[in-house]
Amino acid sequence: MRFYEYEAKDLFRRHGLPLGKSQTIDRPEEARSAFAALGGGPVVLKSQVLSGGRMKAGAVRFADDAAAAEAAATAIFPIRVNGQECRSILVEEKTKVAKEYFVAITWDGRAKRPVCVFSDMGGIDIEEVALTHPDHVSKTHFSTIVPLMPHVAKQAVAATGVTGSDLNKLAPIVFELMKIFLAYDLTLAEINPLAKLADGRFVVLDGHIDMEAEARGQHKKLLTELGIGDDETRQARPPTAFELAGARVNAADHRGVAGNVVEFDGNLGLVIGAGGGSLTLFDAVRKHGGKPANYCEIGGNPSMSKAKELTKLILSKPGVEKIAVMMNVVSNTRVDIVARGVIKGCLEAGKDPAETIAIFRIPGAWEEEGFKILKKYGVDFCDRSVSMHDAAGRAVAKLRR
Amino acid sequence: MSILLTRDTQIIVQGITGREAINLTRENLAYGTKIVGGVTPGRAGRDIYGVPVYDTVREAVAKNAEKGIRVTGSIVSVPPNFTQDAIFEALDSGIELIVVVTENVPRKQVAQAVEYAEMKGARIIGPNCLGIISPDECKMGGVGGPAANTRQAYKKGTIGVMSRSGGMTTEIASTLTAAGLGQSTCVSIGGDAIVGTTYAELMPFFEADPETEAIAIYSEPGGRMEAELAEWVVAHRSRLPIVAFMAGRFMDEMKGMRFGHAGTIVEGKEDTTAEKIKRMEAAGISVAERIEEIPALIRKRLAERKR
Repeated sequence: MRFYEYEAKDLFRRHGLPLGKSQTIDRPEEARSAFAALGGGPVVLKSQVLSGGRMKAGAVRFADDAAAAEAAATAIFPIRVNGQECRSILVEEKTKVAKEYFVAITWDGRAKRPVCVFSDMGGIDIEEVALTHPDHVSKTHFSTIVPLMPHVAKQAVAATGVTGSDLNKLAPIVFELMKIFLAYDLTLAEINPLAKLADGRFVVLDGHIDMEAEARGQHKKLLTELGIGDDETRQARPPTAFELAGARVNAADHRGVAGNVVEFDGNLGLVIGAGGGSLTLFDAVRKHGGKPANYCEIGGNPSMSKAKELTKLILSKPGVEKIAVMMNVVSNTRVDIVARGVIKGCLEAGKDPAETIAIFRIPGAWEEEGFKILKKYGVDFCDRSVSMHDAAGRAVAKLRR
Repeated sequence: MSILLTRDTQIIVQGITGREAINLTRENLAYGTKIVGGVTPGRAGRDIYGVPVYDTVREAVAKNAEKGIRVTGSIVSVPPNFTQDAIFEALDSGIELIVVVTENVPRKQVAQAVEYAEMKGARIIGPNCLGIISPDECKMGGVGGPAANTRQAYKKGTIGVMSRSGGMTTEIASTLTAAGLGQSTCVSIGGDAIVGTTYAELMPFFEADPETEAIAIYSEPGGRMEAELAEWVVAHRSRLPIVAFMAGRFMDEMKGMRFGHAGTIVEGKEDTTAEKIKRMEAAGISVAERIEEIPALIRKRLAERKR
C-alpha cells in the first residue's frame, strides 16, 4: 500500500529526518499563501499522485513568485499522471542542491532479509546506475532478529566511497530509514534524492513508502493519524466501482475467497481460480484471442452465496455475454458448491445457465456431484482430461459464433 | 525415495482444533501420514480423529518422546496473527520441518521466523502453501485434498515438482500422472514474497535423491526466485532436466498491479515473465507455454540426456 509523498514525509518528520519547509494545498488559490508561508523564496510544486513520471507529465513545476505559484498549481491540478488523479499539491521551498544520493530499503526474497541499497549517484534511475557504475551502489542486507546497529548503515554508505563529514551525516539518516522500514512493516522505504545542499546540510527531497497490506491492522494508529482510510487500496491505479463491488462480495462472507476482482473491457466474464490457476487461465483466454471482462480469484472453498454473488456481479457488467467458470484441479474447494453458486447466480440474474456459462472446468473434490448438477441445467462442462488451455479455448470459441 | 519426508515421518498439527486444520488432519491421516499430536492452547486432553491435543508443542514432543516417538515435523495452521509465534514455538521445541499453510502473514514476521529457523538448522516450507507430498509415502498439508482425490492426482514416480501455487501443484501432478509420469516429491513452496524455502534451495535435495530424474516447476511474475534457480542450475551443473511452466504473462504489461499471490507484483524488469523465461532458457531450463506440454518436454529432455 503506497503512501503519497506528503504522507511519507509526514512519517519521516516524526522520526526526525531532515526535510525542507513545505505545505500541502488542496486548491490552486492556496498556492499564494503557501508561497508566503514558506518565506517568499523560489518554490517547487509537486502533484501528489501514487505514480512515477510526474516531471514528464508536467505535474512538477517551479515558481519564483506568488502569482507564478498559483498559475503552476492551476496547471497541475487537472493533470492525470498514468491515470492517477492529483490528490493535492505539495509546495516546498526550492533548495540549492550540491549532490544527490539514493537510499532505499526493501525486501530481498532470495536472501529473505531486508536489503539497504545506497548510492552516491542519486536522482536518476538506480537500476541504470547499478549497471553502469556498480562501485557506486552498495547492497547491505541486515537481520530482522538481531538488534539493528548503526554500523550497518555506516557500512552501506562507506561502501560507495563516501567518507569525512558526509559519511557521518548520511549514516544516521540511513540508519533511521532502516528502523522506520522495520517498525512499520514496510515493503519499500526510499529517499531519492537525498540531497546535500550547497550549505552542507542534508535534506530529503522525495520519498516513497509502501506498507504491506497484510500489516495494516497493526499500524492503525499511524494510518489514522496520516489520514489514510481503510477503504483506500492504493494500487497502481484507483479501483473501479466494479472492483469495489467485487471486494464487497468477498468481504460479505468469510468462507473462502472470491476476490481480487480486476476490471477489463472484454465480453467474456471470468469466474476463475485460484491464485496460480487464475494467472494461467487469464493467459489462456488471451492466447485464444478471447477478451476477458474481468480477472478474479475464487478458492479456499468459497460458500455457495459467495460464488453466486460474484457470478451476479460479473453478469451485471455491461458487455458481458457469457462467463467461463474454470479452475485448476482443486484440493479443498468443493466443485458442487461452486457449481450450485454459479448456476444460482445466472438464474437470479435472469439468465439461462446453459446459455450463459460457456464452460465449467473445475476438477477435484466432489466433482461427480458437481457434474450432476451441471448436467441437470444443461451446462457444458469438462473434467481434468481437458486442459485449462483447451477449456479456455472452448469458452472463447462460443463467443465467436 | 522422496525428499524432506518419508512414510515414517512423525508430525504434529499446530492449531489442530481449527476448522481447516480438522479437515487437513482427517485428510492427512487418511493418506497415511503419521500425525502423533496436535496443539491448541487450552484444549489439552481432547482428541481430533484420535490424535491427542496438547497445550504446547513442548508437551506434544515430550509425551511422544516418552513413547519412543521422535516428532520432527509440524503443520502450522493457525490465524495469521498467531503464525509467527507458532513457528517460533515449533523451532524452540526442536521441530526440524515446518509446513506453514497460513496465508496473509506479514513478511517481516516470516523473515524473522526464517532467520530463526536458519539459526536452529530447521526448514520452513511456506507460508501460504499446500505443503509437501511424496506419493504413496506421506503428505504434509492440504496438497491434493481428500485422500481419494490425492491418490487420483498423484502417483509415485521420478519427477520432482516445485510450485509457488498450491492449486497448480496438483494440476501439474495430475497432468504428469495422466501422461504416465509419476512424482518423487511435490512441494508447494508458497506464494508469498518471502518463503521459507525457494526452488534453488530445494534443488540439492532433488539432486541427491537417486529416484528423481527430472523436475517440473510452476512459475509466475514477481520476485527473483527463477533467476536464483537458473544460477543454481548452471553453478552446480545439475544432472536434472527442468521444465518450467510460466503463468501470468499478461502481467508484464501491468506493472505495479497485484494479481494472484502476494509475491506476484511486478516491480522491476527482472520480475517480468519475459525476463524470467530468458534467464531460465539461458540456463538450459525448458519453458512450456501450456501445462499439457510439460510431459512431452520432460520425455524429450530425458531422451536427450540418455543419448
